[in-house]
Amino acid sequence: MNELMTVLKKNVREYGMFIALAVIIGVFTILSHGVFISSRNIANLLNQTGYIAVLAVGMTLVIIIRHIDLSVGFLSGFLGAIAAISLTQWNWPVWLSILFVLGLGVCAGLLTALPVAGLGIPAFVASLAGWLIYRGALMLVTAATGTIIIPNESFNALGNGYIPDLFASQSFLPGIHKTTLVLGLIAAVIFIFGQIADRRRKLQYKFEVPSTGLFVAKLIFMSVILGFISWILAGYNGMSWTVVVMLAVVLIYDFITRRTVIGRHIYAVGGNPEAAELSGISVRNITYAVFGSMGFLAALSGILFAARLKSATPQAGTLFEMDAIAAAYIGGVSAAGGVGSISGSLIGALVYMSLMNGMNLLGTDISLQYVIRGLVLLVAVIFDVMTRKRKS
Amino acid sequence: MTDNILEMRHITKTFPGVRALNDVNFAVRRGEIHCLVGENGAGKSTLMKVLSGVYPHSDFEGEIILNGQKKEFTGIHDSEEAGIGIIYQELALVPEMTVYENIMLGHEIRRGMTIDVQEMIHRAEELLKRVRLSVNSSAKVKDLGIGKQQLVEIAKALSRNVKLLILDEPTSALNEDDCDNLLGILRILKTQGVTSIMISHKLKEVLSIAETVTVLRDGQTICTLDRQKDAVTEQILIKHMVGRSIENIYPPRTSRPGEEVVLEVKNWSAYDAKLGRKVLNNVNFRVRGGEVVGLSGLVGSGRTELARSLFGNPDGYIVSGELVFKGRKQRFSHPRGAIRAGLAYATEDRKRNGLVLIKSIQENISLANLQGVSKNGVINEELDKQTALNFVDSLSIKTPGINQLVMNLSGGNQQKVSVAKWLFVGPDLLIFDEPTRGIDVGAKYEIYTIINDLVAKGMSILMISSELPEILGMSDRIYVVANGTITGELDAQTATQEAVMRLATQY
Ligand SMILES: Nc1ncnc2c1ncn2[C@@H]1O[C@H](COP(=O)(O)OP(=O)(O)OP(=O)(O)O)[C@@H](O)[C@H]1O
Ligand SMILES: [Mg+2]
Repeated sequence: MNELMTVLKKNVREYGMFIALAVIIGVFTILSHGVFISSRNIANLLNQTGYIAVLAVGMTLVIIIRHIDLSVGFLSGFLGAIAAISLTQWNWPVWLSILFVLGLGVCAGLLTALPVAGLGIPAFVASLAGWLIYRGALMLVTAATGTIIIPNESFNALGNGYIPDLFASQSFLPGIHKTTLVLGLIAAVIFIFGQIADRRRKLQYKFEVPSTGLFVAKLIFMSVILGFISWILAGYNGMSWTVVVMLAVVLIYDFITRRTVIGRHIYAVGGNPEAAELSGISVRNITYAVFGSMGFLAALSGILFAARLKSATPQAGTLFEMDAIAAAYIGGVSAAGGVGSISGSLIGALVYMSLMNGMNLLGTDISLQYVIRGLVLLVAVIFDVMTRKRKS
Repeated sequence: MTDNILEMRHITKTFPGVRALNDVNFAVRRGEIHCLVGENGAGKSTLMKVLSGVYPHSDFEGEIILNGQKKEFTGIHDSEEAGIGIIYQELALVPEMTVYENIMLGHEIRRGMTIDVQEMIHRAEELLKRVRLSVNSSAKVKDLGIGKQQLVEIAKALSRNVKLLILDEPTSALNEDDCDNLLGILRILKTQGVTSIMISHKLKEVLSIAETVTVLRDGQTICTLDRQKDAVTEQILIKHMVGRSIENIYPPRTSRPGEEVVLEVKNWSAYDAKLGRKVLNNVNFRVRGGEVVGLSGLVGSGRTELARSLFGNPDGYIVSGELVFKGRKQRFSHPRGAIRAGLAYATEDRKRNGLVLIKSIQENISLANLQGVSKNGVINEELDKQTALNFVDSLSIKTPGINQLVMNLSGGNQQKVSVAKWLFVGPDLLIFDEPTRGIDVGAKYEIYTIINDLVAKGMSILMISSELPEILGMSDRIYVVANGTITGELDAQTATQEAVMRLATQY
């Protein structure tokens, strides 16, 4: 028990986010008489979170290297429209338009980075220019047609569809999406084995590890959470493609930031660019890479959003950049650079979108919603600063 | 009964995992110059931060008695109010602001709603006179040399009617002239009734100025020596500081430099387009395998510029000339290329551009050689940890663990982390810019020993240093730099301080 308390105290920041999320879920569940936690609403919430979480992941890296990218909201809207146009007017196959749009996203990101990395122009200004340009571009491409309806079923499945149930059966657990349950189980197993292997290696090198009791408790706790989430999702249509995409992005980026050389480089550039440069890291290349990835994720976000609405609208992407920035800050990135995590930003996005979703469920007045979102952001950042201060 | 301006009693201060101060007692007599010495991490800076209210009263145990009154500071403002001024280990001036703005920062004089610029300049100039500094008070601080910046810091501290002035390693970045000048100013301030506490690792200057010396070791007061009563020599101080005596400050080297030339630089010039002037002019020198070459010169003579222009030129100078490294003509366009080829550069200013302070010891040590702990771009976490542990062990870096953030280490231990980082790269030639700045005698000895080990293994070292004894004691050969060019080459066996200084001031 003592050990648990010290571990909790040491990681109060990380666990604080989980607790905040749990509190938000609890409060909305009570206020909505259980509707909030229903399978249908949770599925809906995760689908809403998808396109913001993807942006927040990219934005986290941008903020870690001490920059900002304001252009991504309208960039995502604009690229969603390009996807719609390529599908409806040029009659491209789905895979081609998706690849094309993702490629365009990377180019757009690199373009934003050009004045930043090449000439040292503040990213705020460079991306503000992008914000204006993409907003204009979005209006331009949708000017003739207005909202572009996307009739393509397989494209729209990305925003609305669910993974097929391979083990569909009317007799065993009817109405439950079995594949989702199986996936949840597999995830738990992989998690458990990964953790055990990790612990073994640490013991081999004689590093400190938490006690066996605490370790087992953690495994059980995480498995229960995974099981619970897959159970809830399985109760509706199962796992959606959006969730699959979001999880893939989060897992890949989490791996990159924590375990790879380029991840270390990104944190070093954010922590002290001069020292990084003199350690043989090209700050310029890292800047390009991070903005390029941001553009890529903006394109992905645009695709998810267009698929969800089954159309491209002239307003698509409005304020997405602000939502992504808010999610990243709630998730604990620091504007001073070098600090932040992908998992944190995912939680940040979930907190932020749960708030929106819950307040919508309760029919909270939209003006009040903005005020509450602002307050939550403020509280999260203050909490962040306080816990960090105590640590040092 | 002596008249003590300050008494600190039973001070204990802990950080997570570290007891930085353990029941420390410290007394300062009114009007004296009191020096505080001790190894890196002994707790000197921490003690002074306790005194100045950086760590508020609630954060430590013990009491502070100032002018016979018990004080409980809750912040720096309280201690300023009480007449304490502190100059931190790192300069705390705003480079883009003018001298007078910096001096009056936080104490601006107002006339109605606006700032009274005339009065502020007038006041600032009076303070500049007190520290005998003749600069235009409207010049920007960044355009001043580091010695003058240090005096501006003192003037700034004095602007608050200071009775007790604390200086944390004020001379570590200064050359000898600037040092002497600063010590002179302290003596003058003493006649004006200012008591000073100075922290320093330069024992010669401690002996030249201190009336009383207090030695800290491992967070405890070892002794307080009164120069009038006790015999105090460098040897005695060292013994108290490290707990054993060090006979030879420079460990003897048994290896001899090899014959083959590792680095040869010919007609090397560099032009700084931003400043619009030549920073290096026709530099020629060479370094052999297993050799320690000293690069001496005054601060600002161009030694660091030379090192950086060779090491991938991160400042973007327009460079001409020839660089032959390991027998191949090279021109590195980024530090990365230089590191890959086997050339490393440990910077002089570890805080600003040597280390990532907000990251752990582990992450800093492997930063310049992540290939060494990764496969296919994926880091082997265990190998990375093991590497860090090995270096913490072999360099005796004082820390509760390798996860400690570098910013929480004492200055000397930060320097060791920086050394570890470059040792892990395993270069053929290491350019070592001020390797022992801010380092205690014991750690200096360790660094010198490391240098000896490295050259014995065939590595070459180009050592930039402003400390003449170090240059003379450690080098095989010495080049003297003045005004962006090499004014002479000396054999360390026969060279004297005077000979080096003559060349350093020759232009
Ligand atoms: N903020 C902090 N968090 C954790 N540990 C700290 C912190 N500040 C200092 N320490 C630790 O306290 C001890 C004393 O540090 P301090 O900076 O006072 O040493 P010092 O005597 O000034 O050394 P140096 O000569 O290297 O400047 C060191 O072990 C250091 O690592
Ligand atoms: Mg110190």
